[in-house]
Amino acid sequence: MGDYSAFSLLKNAITGHQAWRRAWRSPVPKAAYDVIIVGGGGHGLATAYYLAKEHGITNVAVVEKGWLGGGNVGRNTTIVRSNYMLPANTRFYEWSMKLWEGLSQDLNYNVMFSSRGVLNLAHTPAQIDAYARRGNAMRLEGVDAELLDRAEVARMVPGLDVSDSARFPIIGGLCQPRGGTARHDAVAWGYARGASDRGVDIIEQCETTGFLFDEGGRVTGVKTTRGDIRAGKVGVAVAGNTSNVLKTAGIERLPIESHVLQAFVSEPLKPLIDTVVTFGAGHLYISQSDKGGLVFGGDIDGYNSYAQRGNLPIIENVAAMAVAMFPNLSRLRLLRHWGGIMDMSMDGSPIITPGPLEGLYLNAGWCYGGFKATPASGWCFAWTIAKDQPHRLNADFTLERFHQGRTIDERGAGPQPRLH
Amino acid sequence: MRIPCPICGARDVSEFTYGGDATVTRPALDETDPAVWNRFVYDRENPRGDHLEFWQHTGGCRAWFKLRRNVLTHDVGESELLGPWAEPPLKGGRPERQETAE
Repeated sequence: MGDYSAFSLLKNAITGHQAWRRAWRSPVPKAAYDVIIVGGGGHGLATAYYLAKEHGITNVAVVEKGWLGGGNVGRNTTIVRSNYMLPANTRFYEWSMKLWEGLSQDLNYNVMFSSRGVLNLAHTPAQIDAYARRGNAMRLEGVDAELLDRAEVARMVPGLDVSDSARFPIIGGLCQPRGGTARHDAVAWGYARGASDRGVDIIEQCETTGFLFDEGGRVTGVKTTRGDIRAGKVGVAVAGNTSNVLKTAGIERLPIESHVLQAFVSEPLKPLIDTVVTFGAGHLYISQSDKGGLVFGGDIDGYNSYAQRGNLPIIENVAAMAVAMFPNLSRLRLLRHWGGIMDMSMDGSPIITPGPLEGLYLNAGWCYGGFKATPASGWCFAWTIAKDQPHRLNADFTLERFHQGRTIDERGAGPQPRLH
Repeated sequence: MRIPCPICGARDVSEFTYGGDATVTRPALDETDPAVWNRFVYDRENPRGDHLEFWQHTGGCRAWFKLRRNVLTHDVGESELLGPWAEPPLKGGRPERQETAE
């Protein structure tokens, strides 16, 4: 592996940057692999990386219908946190957080993970009580959490309107200091490079159109736009297209709806927000990128959608909330905005499981929390595929839990995907 | 996106509340098989294309109706009223109220 280092940077700078090699190979698909991962997003690439690194399974292909980084891994607001309350989620996301903390070194690729803190604002005494409960639940699982009063919030985020005349006056907040942001493209590229260097074939512009079966009904490969590829095991990690892809395997119904989530980047500013802040009287999360743009998002649009673009009411809603928090943003202009398709599950929690068919493995239901989960999702999915059983970290994230009364409903919103 | 309310006509989507997939049918109340209820509550076809769905005009006449909409292109199709207002179609104004049994 051509390591990235200060020395290699210097060497290539002297030679005019002509000798850099491509970060990952672009091979022609072989006829058969041990494992095929459908979906070259963050989760699929991480899965391939950990299959090779942790389990020694290197005869792996990742098939991607577009290009790497073109899907949800490049369409999020880059926030990383593990401030969950239910034990299954807390443990899983905390494992993800621990992987994030060492990810740049592990991948030899700077994912620009920055532990700048994630602050949830509270506007009512009931919210403070709920945050105290969540913070305590987190600390019992070994996750960092700090309950802040208004003065501490004001010190942490100087631009925030903490006055009594604010539209929703702020009375405190719950902070996870280890939370933060990472550069999402680098996550995709870093995992792709790490997997490719270990022998994984990453095949872009190759859409999966169906599955191959043997006489017993076991999945034995995939049909793609570049021909059939056989495989011992097939893992599916296709986010918002899960229902669509599994329909070609004969799975007609899943506890998933696809919804569109929009995200926004403003024009660049001088440093204003050096943490991640979330509004408590609505749904808004905002941070500032290293380029200076404010990166923010809010709720999903609220109706089923496969279109990677949203509608104006959400834009207006999100902008109104941003200005309620930071009145000094009122004349800021939007630079870019986009939509991504979320696989909203019926309880707001993910699915990482063997099945639903023999030879098939499913990674789905990320709602709009998939980015922060990327390392642990890949790590657990790789374990599940390699050992044919879930790791204890993802043992609760089954597909059957919905029919067994074992839903993991962090928000308590019930079986309404648009509310999670 | 503008949603065609069968009573008020096409209005901005922000006036409406989404009610989810309209192709799932609620089991009879005396249905005792949990699998049937679980399928109704949790399992969705989630098609990539035409989708029949419930909407309510919460910011207007508050009527519930079904709408056929393409979820890939956001093109909206026909909508139809639900409940006692659905039959007969609204031609000559409001349908007559049914007499309640004494």
